[in-house]
Amino acid sequence: MTHLLAARWLFGMSLAFHIVFAAIGVAMPLLMVIAELRWRRTGEPAALELSRRWAKGVAVLFAVGAVSGTVISFELGLLWPRFMAFAGPIIGMPFSLEGFAFFAEAIFLGIFLYGRDRVSPRLHLASGILVAVAGAASAFFVTLANAWMNHPAGFQLLAGQAGEIDPVAAMFPAGWGEQVLHVLISSYAATAFAVAGIHAFHLRRTPGDPFHRTALATVLPVAMAAALLQPISGDLSARRIAVTQPVKLAALEGHFKTQRRAPLRVGGFPDVATGTTPGAIELPAGLSLLAFHDPDAEVRGLEDFPRERWPDPLKVHLAFEVMVALGSGLAALSLTAGVLWWRRRSLPTQPALLRALTWAAPAGFLALEAGWLVTEWGRQPFVVWGVLRTADAVTPVGGLEVPLVTFAVLYVFLALVTATVLRRMIRQTSAAGRSARGWSP
Amino acid sequence: MNLQLAVGATALLALVAYALSGGADLGGGIWDLLASGPRKREQRALVEQAIGPIWEANHVWLILVVTVLFTGFPPAFAAISTTLFVPLTVLLVGIVLRGAAFTFRAYDEGGVAVERRWGLIFSMSSVLAPLMLGAIVGALSSGRLRLGPAGEPLGGSMAWLSWFSAATGLLATALFAFLAAVYLTVEARGELLEDFRRRAIAAGVATFLAAATAAGLSWRESPLVFEGLTARAWSLPLHAVTGMAAVGAFWALVTRRFVLARFLAAAQATLIVLGWGASQYPYLLVPDVTLASAAAPPRTLALLLGALGLGALTLIPSLWLLFRVFKRRARVADPHG
Ligand code: HDD
Ligand code: HEM
Ligand code: HEM
Repeated sequence: MTHLLAARWLFGMSLAFHIVFAAIGVAMPLLMVIAELRWRRTGEPAALELSRRWAKGVAVLFAVGAVSGTVISFELGLLWPRFMAFAGPIIGMPFSLEGFAFFAEAIFLGIFLYGRDRVSPRLHLASGILVAVAGAASAFFVTLANAWMNHPAGFQLLAGQAGEIDPVAAMFPAGWGEQVLHVLISSYAATAFAVAGIHAFHLRRTPGDPFHRTALATVLPVAMAAALLQPISGDLSARRIAVTQPVKLAALEGHFKTQRRAPLRVGGFPDVATGTTPGAIELPAGLSLLAFHDPDAEVRGLEDFPRERWPDPLKVHLAFEVMVALGSGLAALSLTAGVLWWRRRSLPTQPALLRALTWAAPAGFLALEAGWLVTEWGRQPFVVWGVLRTADAVTPVGGLEVPLVTFAVLYVFLALVTATVLRRMIRQTSAAGRSARGWSP
Repeated sequence: MNLQLAVGATALLALVAYALSGGADLGGGIWDLLASGPRKREQRALVEQAIGPIWEANHVWLILVVTVLFTGFPPAFAAISTTLFVPLTVLLVGIVLRGAAFTFRAYDEGGVAVERRWGLIFSMSSVLAPLMLGAIVGALSSGRLRLGPAGEPLGGSMAWLSWFSAATGLLATALFAFLAAVYLTVEARGELLEDFRRRAIAAGVATFLAAATAAGLSWRESPLVFEGLTARAWSLPLHAVTGMAAVGAFWALVTRRFVLARFLAAAQATLIVLGWGASQYPYLLVPDVTLASAAAPPRTLALLLGALGLGALTLIPSLWLLFRVFKRRARVADPHG
């Protein structure tokens, strides 16, 4: 394994691990607040129970998110010191602001989780709301940094050095809004579908269970709304990169030849050697329509760009197809659930729907990981698009295989343990639920 | 106003805040490892209860130090990350295991054996992290960490390791343990209080010995720190005050003025970190990287300071609330406070 590849694996692995907990940290506080509000409005004991039980899970997930995030903030320097030396003065600001969002999140989560019996109900609820806002704010700030890497702004390049640095302009590069929106919605979608899947699974085994019914009724609307908005937001993102990063768009569509009425390719395997994407189903003029909302628009293909600026179209296209397929599937499932809900005027619990929701539990997170792979692979060979090559940013420190293996073991271990701890919690929950049903009317 | 100095001072203050809060949480882990005697379980329970709701917030100070460093002094961050790659990586492993194991211990429903296993990982990593942190801080001022023309670490990846950095590692460990034990005397009752009072005094002695060793070694291994400790105009007054705080903390422990002891121990730790920062001034990484040579452009520094100020406006009331909610009961109970 080459030095550069080891660094990329280590960093990609750390982020792929962290992003799961980060997305949960963004979305779970919102779900807990909704449960809490529901309890205050309806007085259902199950809603209070839900908020408490979710809180226990969140305490574990949040801790893993915090330590894995710490790893990343150090790894930025450990693995990419030249990137940080270059980018620090330009985009350090959002990271510093993110630090305050973390403070707010950790402080009010502490109060929300441990302080239920120590503070007034109003302060308790306010803490929950603040955690939800701070979680969204940290995602906002860190995505600004990523948006800048995709579309660097706020400085002039003078002989390889950044001059005339304007950190405020750098915080809001073209496309920041689209990307922030997409990332935020994806956090809610991924988390809500995972939670919905767990409760749908238990509802199938214990039909009518009030706890799981309440849980599903709380989380499903969030999941549905996010999944229906996600393709719209994804379309905004795609149209934005058609302008700012056309070579990335070409790679993620497996589009080699510049042409008008460019077709949309579904599936297929881009082949750099032949400059074609065999195996794809081509929808005529689909790409021109999607990217520019005009069937006759010209879409630039990979061959328009120097070969050494291409990302690997095979990896980027496949990751993109996975994200879009999963996203479309979740949107379709949400529509179905919505229709069923509307026709019944109450929470739909048909076995087939519950089964589909169970199967869909991991789909949001898979889409989220795939989406990040699209963004990160699609930016290659640059770490700061068009400005700094990844190969020029990597640390000169050798022997990266050692931390790579160490952290790989650590992440696998943490993932297994977290899953075990959560499973034990959930099992206890359902046991408690069953005994509660024994004596409740 | 000198922007570089202001940002550098802010980073140092954040480091002080981390030592006082996150450092004490690590110290709590050390006492978990060293729990002994008939009240072993109670000692561990008190540590767990004391740090449970606050350690994640306390931990953010460290992240703030990192972000201020890479925004305000990016080449210094790059140089530090490169030359201290090994201890920083070990520190990270310690941080990850500490936080994760602590949480798993509290929430894993797997029974006593499982709990004991997590406790062991939690407490061992609570020793590892301050050892590394102290060694890193010591190595920064040792003058042994230098970069070659291509930004590669000269002297290999173990250049940070010396008797001096070992001594500063031990110093940080002892100091954090001291802080934790002193804080816990305020929260404990009865026999448990006596346990932590004894531990605080022992850790105070260990801190003194480690500090003296580090100071002695600095004569040979870290001339700059030695000069800061001895030869500058402010050296003597600073020592005098630090020493007074230390002696005062002992006296307060012996005479059972625990709230006062907590204040004086915190003052002592603050002065040690500030003293290190002052003797290292104006270097970030001795001898090649200074505040001035590594500073980001003034506009970035000014904006960063503005952001930190705004952040502090939201942070301080929130932290105040957090500590009021979880630490208030403890304060009322001290008869001498
Ligand atoms: C639940 C997760 C999820 C789902 C269902 C989708 N996405 Fe997505 N997508 C993400 C999660 C995500 C993400 C993880 O949040 C990314 C990675 C970086 C980013 O900005 O968002 C992303 C990136 C991303 C990009 C690249 C943006 C860039 O590089 O700046 C495009 C073009 C799309 N998405 C388009 C779509 C489309 C057309 C979808 C249609 C269904 C879709 N996404 C569903
Ligand atoms: C805002 C958040 C992010 C920032 C600032 C960021 C930054 C970076 C940087 C600096 C690199 C190294 C240079 C490079 O290979 O281009 C990188 C690579 C990478 N990142 Fe991200 N990243 C972010 C989010 C993510 C997420 C959430 C994932 C999760 C899947 C991810 C996956 C990867 C992968 C897999 C690589 C390696 C790329 C490759 O091997 O081709 N990134 N990222
Ligand atoms: C788009 C990608 C990312 C998102 C959406 C995100 C979001 C979050 C959120 C919501 C949290 C707090 C909740 C939790 O811990 O579960 C968190 C924690 C953290 N993240 Fe990320 N993050 C991302 C990438 C990064 C990157 C690139 C870094 C590196 C600088 C980073 C550093 C951290 C740190 C240090 C923490 C711990 C904060 C604490 O102690 O509370 N994150 N992240």
